[in-house]
Amino acid sequence: MKLLTLNFLTCARKTCKSNAAAFPLHPKEAELEQVETDMNPLFIKNILPRLDWEAMKTLTTELGLPNLPAETPSDEELATDGEPSQTAKDLHTLLMETSIQSGKLVCGNCEHEYAVKEGIANFLLPSHMV
Amino acid sequence: MDYLIRLVQMHETFRKPELDALADLAGLDVQWLSYSLASPFAIVRFPPGIDTTVAARTLISRSLLCNAIYELWGTGTDYTTLHADIRHRTEFLWPHYRDVSFRFELDSFHGSRTTAEQRSIIETFAYMDFQGPIVMNRPDHQFRVFEDSELIGTTPHALHLGRLVATSGRKAMNMYNLKKRRYIATTSMDAELSLITANLAQAGPGRIAYDPFVGTGSFPLACAHFGSMVFGSDLDGRCIRGKGDKTVQSNFEQYGTSTLYLGGLVADITNTPLREERLLNCVVCDPPYGVREGLKVLGSNRAVLQDVVYLADGKQAHLQPNYIPPKKPYSFLRMLDDILDFSATRLVDGGRLCMWMPVAGAVDLDDHSEAQAVKDAEYEIPRHPALELVAVCTQDFNKWSRRLLTYRRAPGESVDEDAMLAYQAQRLTVANMEDDGKKADDLNAFRRKYFQGFKNATV
Repeated sequence: MKLLTLNFLTCARKTCKSNAAAFPLHPKEAELEQVETDMNPLFIKNILPRLDWEAMKTLTTELGLPNLPAETPSDEELATDGEPSQTAKDLHTLLMETSIQSGKLVCGNCEHEYAVKEGIANFLLPSHMV
Repeated sequence: MDYLIRLVQMHETFRKPELDALADLAGLDVQWLSYSLASPFAIVRFPPGIDTTVAARTLISRSLLCNAIYELWGTGTDYTTLHADIRHRTEFLWPHYRDVSFRFELDSFHGSRTTAEQRSIIETFAYMDFQGPIVMNRPDHQFRVFEDSELIGTTPHALHLGRLVATSGRKAMNMYNLKKRRYIATTSMDAELSLITANLAQAGPGRIAYDPFVGTGSFPLACAHFGSMVFGSDLDGRCIRGKGDKTVQSNFEQYGTSTLYLGGLVADITNTPLREERLLNCVVCDPPYGVREGLKVLGSNRAVLQDVVYLADGKQAHLQPNYIPPKKPYSFLRMLDDILDFSATRLVDGGRLCMWMPVAGAVDLDDHSEAQAVKDAEYEIPRHPALELVAVCTQDFNKWSRRLLTYRRAPGESVDEDAMLAYQAQRLTVANMEDDGKKADDLNAFRRKYFQGFKNATV
């Protein structure tokens, strides 16, 4: 699963949904993979307002990836003379080219661990947690 | 000038909603001058002040249910009126086309013409005085004479002449043909309908689509074809993972869209890991009809499973690597409600939900009898206060049919708060109704009727 997916995910338990600590999920023992892909500047621009910047910063720190700028970049910072800027390229590498192949995603609230195998995260809950 | 759209004469109820969705996506205000479910010819007009050639091309470029769009040069009920109309509309244009290479064709709907007849019909247009070379392969301009006839009739009742402006995106359905797809399963949606669904959902570059019943990925593949970023989930992880080199991921690689595929999740719609934030542009799904297997949802009706289960060696069962959580039967109507609520809480303003829904018995839109009214009530289209119904399209299978329902997320401020509160209260009541101990048939009227062979489907 590409790292961008984590921007949309929280704990599957209903009791955790409203709790701020449940987002983002914390990767644990994560094995990362990088596949180079063509960049789509329009997508980066469109996705930016929907990114939870604080959560993305937490993720990069936890995964030991290069740090993101302190604030959400503005549209001007994404392109210089019509060409994608370094910031845009870094975002593309982080969100679209980096994926979690295996490991665990941990809820910061209930500490439940969701396994990731073959790049697919399993969010099924046992019946006592439903 | 007006434009003539040559539609395909199948999936008729999907045709206009598809083009309306594409017009809306492109911000085009299309006026329908003539359209009928029984005819493959529709005439449209674009608002003044825009480049209509570009507009026509944009409108049609993604469409699956039309072949091409033509500049309308004339229309009539027989050849005399057609020629008069052409003269009236386009005489001033003829000199522009005097020296270009061109080609004339005849398109006879519900009829056929011998080569000699075609030739003599085409010769009647000689008064336009085109002197350029006639080229069959890649001419500068292609003209087409359209004849529209009744199914059992001898003479056409409507005639049109058009100049080709652009062809549609229908080629994509060959590329996405299930026969050539690396990984499919028993219920993969066929290429044409999944691409149409993606059009109705307005998938496109810079947008995000989500499929909560992803299966082998037919809908995300179609949305990615139009440039949308996609991801999906399924209760059954086996279908996402596939086997060997046949996986959902491999399908995206086959079509060269793996950069748009964010990933697949094993998850359940009632306990979804998606945040309750309005971030998605499209939700597309073909929820299970519950016929092959009963519908299932996480949880259990057994008292002993309501608490942590310990194995003989004292370990907690749910923490074991090969643990499979229990599932219980799920009511069909509750599932539809859950999809609607999921979409309403996660779609951005104007975002779209496209959902398929099976209906027992053929749907007859012209039947206003009492039996039909009863049937309609039973298969009421599910509603949500925050979702506006945009289109209902029906695919008929003789004894049963299925509908593609398209909804638009209403802007936050236009949702009636009282209606919303009443809806939430009603959802709670339904959720608290005891489903325990019920069998799959009790929870799904469609499944019950399916196994009764749809006898007395209207009763």
